[in-house]
This record gives sequence, C-alpha cells and structure tokens, in this order.
Amino acid sequence: MSAPQHILDQFREVVPALKPKEAIDEANRCLYCYDAPCIKACPTSIDIPSFIKKIATGNLLGSARTIMDANPVGASCARVCPTEELCEGACVLNHASGSRAIMIGLLQRHATDWAIQNKTPLFQKEEATGKRVAIVGAGPAGLSAARELARAGHRVTIFEAKEKAGGLNTYGIVSFRLPQEISLWEAEQIEALGVEIRTNTRVGVDVSPSELLADYDSVLLATGMGYVPSLQIEGEDLHGVLDAIALVEETKTKPLTDEMIGKKVVVIGAGNTAIDAATCSKRLGAEQVQILYRRTEKEMTCYEFEYEFAKQDGVEFRWLVAPSRILGEQGRVTGLELTRMQLGEPDEKGRRRPVPIPDSQFVIEVDYVVKAIGQQRFVSLIDSFGIQHKNGVVEIEDGTYRTSHPKVFAAGDVIFGGGKTDAMVVDAANHGKRAAWAIDKALRDVSVQL
Amino acid sequence: MADLSINLAGIPSPNPFWLASAPPTNSGYQVQRAFEAGWGGAVWKTLGEPIINVTSRFAGLHFGGQRVLGFNNIELITDKPLEVNLKEMDETKKRFPKHTLIASLMVEHKQEAWHEIVKKVEAIGVDGLELNFGCPHGMAERGMGSAVGQHPDLIRQQVEWVKEVAQTPVIVKLTPNITDIRFTARAAAQGGADAISMINTINSLMGVDLDKWLPIPHVDGKGAHGGYCGPAVKPIALNMVAECARDPLVGIPISGIGGISNWRDAVEFLLMGATGVQVCTAAMHHGFRIVEDMIDGLNNYLDQRGIASVMDLVGKAVPTYSDWGHLNLNYKVVARINDETCIHCNKCHIACEDTSHQCIDRVTDVTTGKERLVVREEDCVGCNLCSIVCPVEGTIEMVEIPTNQPPLTWNQRQAALAAGGSSSSDTA
Ligand SMILES: Cc1cc2nc3c(=O)[nH]c(=O)nc-3n(C[C@H](O)[C@H](O)[C@H](O)COP(=O)(O)OP(=O)(O)OC[C@H]3O[C@@H](n4cnc5c(N)ncnc54)[C@H](O)[C@@H]3O)c2cc1C
Ligand SMILES: Cc1cc2nc3c(=O)[nH]c(=O)nc-3n(C[C@H](O)[C@H](O)[C@H](O)COP(=O)(O)O)c2cc1C
Ligand code: SF4
Ligand code: SF4
Ligand code: SF4
Repeated sequence: MSAPQHILDQFREVVPALKPKEAIDEANRCLYCYDAPCIKACPTSIDIPSFIKKIATGNLLGSARTIMDANPVGASCARVCPTEELCEGACVLNHASGSRAIMIGLLQRHATDWAIQNKTPLFQKEEATGKRVAIVGAGPAGLSAARELARAGHRVTIFEAKEKAGGLNTYGIVSFRLPQEISLWEAEQIEALGVEIRTNTRVGVDVSPSELLADYDSVLLATGMGYVPSLQIEGEDLHGVLDAIALVEETKTKPLTDEMIGKKVVVIGAGNTAIDAATCSKRLGAEQVQILYRRTEKEMTCYEFEYEFAKQDGVEFRWLVAPSRILGEQGRVTGLELTRMQLGEPDEKGRRRPVPIPDSQFVIEVDYVVKAIGQQRFVSLIDSFGIQHKNGVVEIEDGTYRTSHPKVFAAGDVIFGGGKTDAMVVDAANHGKRAAWAIDKALRDVSVQL
Repeated sequence: MADLSINLAGIPSPNPFWLASAPPTNSGYQVQRAFEAGWGGAVWKTLGEPIINVTSRFAGLHFGGQRVLGFNNIELITDKPLEVNLKEMDETKKRFPKHTLIASLMVEHKQEAWHEIVKKVEAIGVDGLELNFGCPHGMAERGMGSAVGQHPDLIRQQVEWVKEVAQTPVIVKLTPNITDIRFTARAAAQGGADAISMINTINSLMGVDLDKWLPIPHVDGKGAHGGYCGPAVKPIALNMVAECARDPLVGIPISGIGGISNWRDAVEFLLMGATGVQVCTAAMHHGFRIVEDMIDGLNNYLDQRGIASVMDLVGKAVPTYSDWGHLNLNYKVVARINDETCIHCNKCHIACEDTSHQCIDRVTDVTTGKERLVVREEDCVGCNLCSIVCPVEGTIEMVEIPTNQPPLTWNQRQAALAAGGSSSSDTA
C-alpha cells in the first residue's frame, strides 16, 4: 500500500533554506579573506569569498556562476558535502573568539537555488574542435567531465545505464537530504551545452567497450561503484533482507510504501550508505532502527553530521557486533544472530581489526536486515576495457587520470580506493573536472598519440 | 555581455571603474596589479613637490560590528620625486595601453608651475589630467588642495592656466568642504575644464581616546583634522554629483567618487549623472580583487535589463532629482504594518510615540488576547521613521493613499497665493 501523508512529509528536504535576509547577513559576516583557507579546503577550489561577496552585493547570477564554474554539481554539493570537514572546517572564523564559521554550504545553496528558480543559462561552449569523447556513467564525475569537455568545444556522449542522469545524487542519496530535482537540474545544465546523455544504455550490455574505443577519440570511465556485496552468511536470500542502496533508490523512484511501519530494522555497516538506509527506514515508519557495526564509534567512516543526524532521527547504534546468521520463518526474516567482537591489531589502513569473541553469539528479533557494508566494483566491465586495477579500483597516472590504456581515463568512485571517510561527491566532481582537462590537453596536443 | 566601456569627456576607458588618486595608485607596481585585476583606469597618486608624511596616518570608523564604515587620513600627496613617478607611469602606460591612466596634479598657485607639470606628464602619454583642488588637510595649510577648491576664482584661474597648455582632457577634482559645490563646479567649467570629479575627503576628527584624552589618530601626542571617506560619505557624494549633474551652468561630465564599495553603488552614481566612478576606501579595505564583482555585477545588471551599454545608464535618474519647492504637497504615503511578519519588538511604536507623531497604537485583540501594532493612518504623516527602525525587512510598508487632489507644489501654491487665486486651480 502507498504510504500515508506523514510519511511522505518525512521525505521532504529537512534542512530549511536560508531566508533572503539571513543569507545577506551571513554573507556580510564573511571576511572576504585573501588566499582564503576555505578555498583550499574545497576539493573543487570554489572561490568561496567571491561567491559570498556576490550574494552580499545582490549579484546572485554571478554568485551561482562562480560556484558552478568550479563545481558542475555545486548545487548538490551545497547539500551533501561534509562542510565541517572541508570549507567550513577551514574557515578562519573558527579561530576568532566569540565567532563561528560562515555557513558556506547554506550560502552555496542560496545562490544555486536562485539559479534553479530563475532558469538562467550559466555557461556557453567554445568553438567545436571536432573531437569526440565518450563518457561511461552520468554521476557527478561523468557530468563534471562532460561539462568541462563540452565547454572546451568537444562533442561529448554520455552512456548511462539508468533512466535518469545524476548517478548516486539522483538515486543513492536520500531525498530528504538531496531532492532529485537538484541533480536533474545539474544534468540539464550540462545537456544545454550540447552533451548527449544516452540513458537506459549500459556499456558492456547495450554498447561494447570496443565500439567506444573505436568510435571515440577518448573514453572516460566514470561508472562509480555498484550495489552492496553479499554478507556471506546463512539466510541472506530470505524475504526482508535488503540492499541499502536499492532501498534508498526505491524511495527515490517509486511511490513510498507503508511496509516498514511499526517494524524492527537493523542496518549492517557504518558508512554513509548505512546512515542513509537507517534514517530512510526510520522515516518509512520503522519502530526501531539499529545500526550494527563490528568496530566502534571511532572507526565509523560516516561523517560527523551524518552520525548526529541519524541520532536525531532516533537511530540506535550497537558497536562491536557482527551478523553471523539470519534467521527466518516461512521464507521471511524473523531474527538475526550476532557475534560480539573486540578490536585487535591495526590493519594496513591503521584501523584496528575486529576479532570475534568465541561463543559470544546471541539472537535479536528483527523484521528487516539492511546490508550496507560497502559497494561492489564493476570488475568485469573494467576488465573488458583492458585496463589495470587493484580489486576493482582502477589505477590511474597521477594528475592525468589516465589509465593503463592510453585512450581511457577514469574518474570518481571508480578510482576511489578507500580513505578516512567514505567517497565524496565533491571528490568525484573534482576528478571529473581534472580528468576532462587532461583529456582536453591530450586531444589538443598533436605530439601525443592516442 | 553588455558594453561596459565609457567615454568621459573624450577619455575612453574599458570600464567605468577607476581607482581614485590615493595610496592604491602610489606606484607602477600597484597600478599594474590593479589593471591585471580588472580596473579600467587609475588616477595616479597626486603629483607635486614630494612631501614628507607622518606615521600614524589613518583611522577607521567601525559601527555595530561592521568594520570601516568610515575612514580618515592625514596623508599628503606623493612622497616620491616626480621623475620616479613619471618613469613608473610611463612603464605602466606602455604595458597597459588600453587602460586609462590619469595624472593627478597639485602645484603652487603659479602659472609656470602648472605649465611645467602639465607638459611633463603629457609627454609620457597620460590619457587625461585631474587637478586636485580637494585635499582638506596639510596641503591646504600650504595654500593648495582645498584651500584653492574653496575659492571659485582661484579654481577658474588655475584651470585656465592648465588649459593654456593641456593637450588631454582636464578633470577638476572638487572638495566637499564647501557650502554649495555647484559654485566651484561652475567655476571649473568656466575655466574650461572638460569634466569634474567629486568628492575628495571631508574634514573630520575620527575620535578621541577616552583613556589618554588624545585625538585618534595622533602623532606623538597631537592630532590634526583628516579627510573622511568610505561608505559613510556616499550619500553626501551622491547628492553633490546629482546637484552638479542637474545644474545647467555646470554642464560638463562628472566622475563620481565617495564611498563606492560595489557595483550597486556605482549604478546609483551613474544614474545620478556620473559617467564613471572612482574608488579608494573599498580597495584599501579588501584589495584590488573587489573589481571582479563590480564588473560582473554591473554586467549582469545590464544584461538582465537588456541594456546594451553602460553609457545608457548615465544620468537616467537626474530628471527625478529636483528642489523641495517642486515636490507634490498632495502626495500621501502612510505606514502599514504586516501582522504576519511582525515580531513585536515595539520599536516602531516607541519611535513614533517619542519622536514622531504618536500614531502607532498597541491594541490588544479581545478574542485572542494578543497585542497588535496598528497605525492610525489618518494621523500618520508618512515620515518613514517606523519602517526605517523596523528590524524585519518588509514588515512596515509605506503605501500610497489617494488624496483625490491634483498635484500641487509649494512653488505653485505660493505663486497662486501671490496671484490671489485659489491654490487648487493652479497649473504648472
Ligand atoms: C547512500 C549513499 C550516501 C552518500 N552520501 C554522501 C554524502 O552525504 N556526501 C558525499 O559527498 N557523498 C556521499 N556519497 C558518495 C557519493 O554519492 C559518491 O562518491 C559519488 O556519487 C560518486 O560519483 P561517481 O560519478 O563516481 O559515481 P556514481 O554517482 O555512482 O555514478 C556512476 C554512474 O554510472 C552509471 N553506470 C555504472 N555502470 C555503468 C555502465 N556499465 N554503463 C553505463 N552507465 C553505468 C551508474 O548508473 C551511475 O549513474 C553517498 C553514497 C551513497 C551510496
Ligand atoms: C589615505 C588617502 C589618501 C588620499 N590621497 C589623495 C590624493 O593624494 N589625491 C587625491 O586627489 N585624493 C586623495 N584621496 C581621496 C580619494 O581619492 C577619494 O577622493 C576619497 O577617498 C573618496 O573615495 P572613497 O570613499 O572611495 O575612499 C585620499 C584618500 C585616502 C583615504
Ligand atoms: S575563511 Fe571564512 S571568513 Fe574567510 S573567506 Fe572563507 S568563509 Fe569567508
Ligand atoms: S598596513 Fe603595512 S605599512 Fe601599514 S602599518 Fe600595517 S604593516 Fe605597516
Ligand atoms: S518595529 Fe516591526 S517588528 Fe517591531 S513591532 Fe513594529 S512592526 Fe513589529
């Protein structure tokens, strides 16, 4: 059955926009620093003091253009960037007594919202070069690259498996943080520059990698990552075991349902996918939502703001437990057997490895088990391009984003090999932009043979 | 992209944003950096006999958490020998031939002195001259700057001397330290000036130290009046520009200066008759890069209105600026308060009660028990005070009330009274 109104309301954007006067007051608080640290902390190097100054002078068009020029998915980033770890964390006002950082994310949203509402075209393209570039994947990385390549005058075709462009911004990040129309607007901006986005077209199925290599001067692989891998435990095929990314995707593509109302949900994992799946379940009406993680609070890879947000949504956290068996009756999940863990020696990334405590199993009653233990890699697709990778993480040349195949470049989650936090939209956008510059340079540089 | 280029009395410039003669234009290094940042022109720091400056020169007026609402200085003209300045100006003009370079001049009240300096600066190819009759401190005590700028006769005389030899357009920079700037503006025009620029700085004492009982700033225990500028002086400058722009006896183009901090301020000056603007304090506060948004904001403003050239803005609001005697006495606005957005700070009430016309009542709604602020419109004189003090933008609106009476100005009324007729039957 479709969900009642109070559930639909839960999926509207939670953080309110700044009111015009709030935005101007906040903009006037910015010091307009020279060589500002906030710019350096932004992976796409948005000229933050400049776009804020433009808000203060009422030049919202110029402000939006400054943002989107540096970051083609700047409207999405205004909502999903972990700003306290990036620009806002670097704001000099954190160190001025009696002051606090400028709300850069909200100001960025203020300016880009203006552009969305006023439907003003922001960019134009250069003279056509006659070169053709194929991009696989219309997520933040692919779209950013397409924008830069199109502006430089190249003919760009994006092949996208899904029905709509935007990647995880459109399908993977919950609507109450990032409504779909924002990332779709970003994609429209890019299409307006003459970029063709062939949706419902999966490379490797509908088009072969060899065709792309033959027909285009250069190919950019920006396929991101896939769905959640298997937990490798008994009972995974029971009804009620869900993939976190697919769960979020359903809330963004289909009418919301009332199935979770009053149910008990556990989410396995503690990255941003887990948080989104947990808050999503809570908002779908689940009575109890628990995030289960085999390490502790300290090792979680989700951002601080996400953790806070989940707690505020009433999500509970259980540390040092790992699922060992999913229990069911008549094909449906009824319970979950957990094993208690303790932290052992640090692994290669320096995080202490969780080790099971012998004979510590116990069972909890649950209706849904949501897997959120990372994302799969598109290994066979990567192999079919004949490029080098490490466990599905494509290897690139430093700075040029060029893979082991001279004609193929890669950007976004497909080259993300892990880090202190999860992958970020803004990194994908930055990779895409820089890969595009490298491709442009290679295409213009006659001495380089492609 | 609109056409941002201007032509001020025969001086072309790629855009209307110039740096005023002041510390930002002190050297070739600075002016070249400014041109790189996008400034269309620069008026070089005033040339003359090099002077000795004091240290402790500037002071800022901070107000309510905002820094540099006003700025004052006791700096004099250039402290470098003329040859050094000329060499740097020459290099700058060669590197940036399309940018506008103006020489600002201040010499003694002698014909030969003016002739000599004009020839020297024109020899290196400046685009125009600006005669500094404006500095209010220091140089005035030596009979220059505003000491000249306060005497129409002296202005006319010196402009004539300059025009005897000048090959490039001559701009006369006026001081605001005068009762009615139109008199000196007219004198400049009569002397043959091609344009006027205004305002230079205003006599000011920035403050007094409450602990040491010393003026701010002070130099070894003594202070002297300085020149005031920055955002706080904008209304004064704008009025002076508008007054000159609508005076038929002035009749020459104007370069607007005084408190211009962004493109909006610039548009206001252009609409009130300035053909271009000059900026000093805003650049001193934030650096040359502020010009980027000035250009971008102005361009977007023009594009969004479908205006092809910035020159199409010049003077467009001047006909709306007039004398009090021409204002319609039968026009009426009253304050109206929006209950929805009012936050009940009662500031409008007390402002009106204590200092205006006692017509904002605090009324308790009998049904809800809540208090509302209500304007007694019949008693409201439409002074705007409440809407100015109200902290919530748009909550108090001044709305026009039809009076059903034909327009009537004071001048018409007086004329009608003198003619012995009835005031309402009068026509313009
Ligand atoms: C639940 C969740 C929450 C997140 N929250 C945040 C957050 O709050 N902040 C943040 O910064 N980051 C967040 N992230 C991470 C962020 O979404 C990603 O880092 C980012 O989207 C990566 O961009 P991308 O372009 O590399 O890949 P994607 O966004 O994954 O886009 C790849 C695109 O390629 C398409 N594709 C794949 N294979 C093919 C093929 N064979 N042929 C054609 N098309 C193909 C896909 O359909 C997809 O559209 C979150 C991720 C998830 C899963
Ligand atoms: C420190 C300082 C020095 C100045 N020196 C000169 C000068 O040498 N010659 C001149 O014509 N005006 C001089 N001015 C005045 C400026 O050119 C300008 O007219 C004035 O500051 C108003 O503009 P603003 O409000 O943008 O600062 C000076 C102003 C300042 C602040
Ligand atoms: S560091 Fe903070 S105050 Fe400085 S420019 Fe950036 S946002 Fe503004
Ligand atoms: S601004 Fe520069 S010259 Fe002036 S007091 Fe500070 S350090 Fe000295
Ligand atoms: S000043 Fe404005 S907000 Fe305050 S009481 Fe009056 S109308 Fe309301």
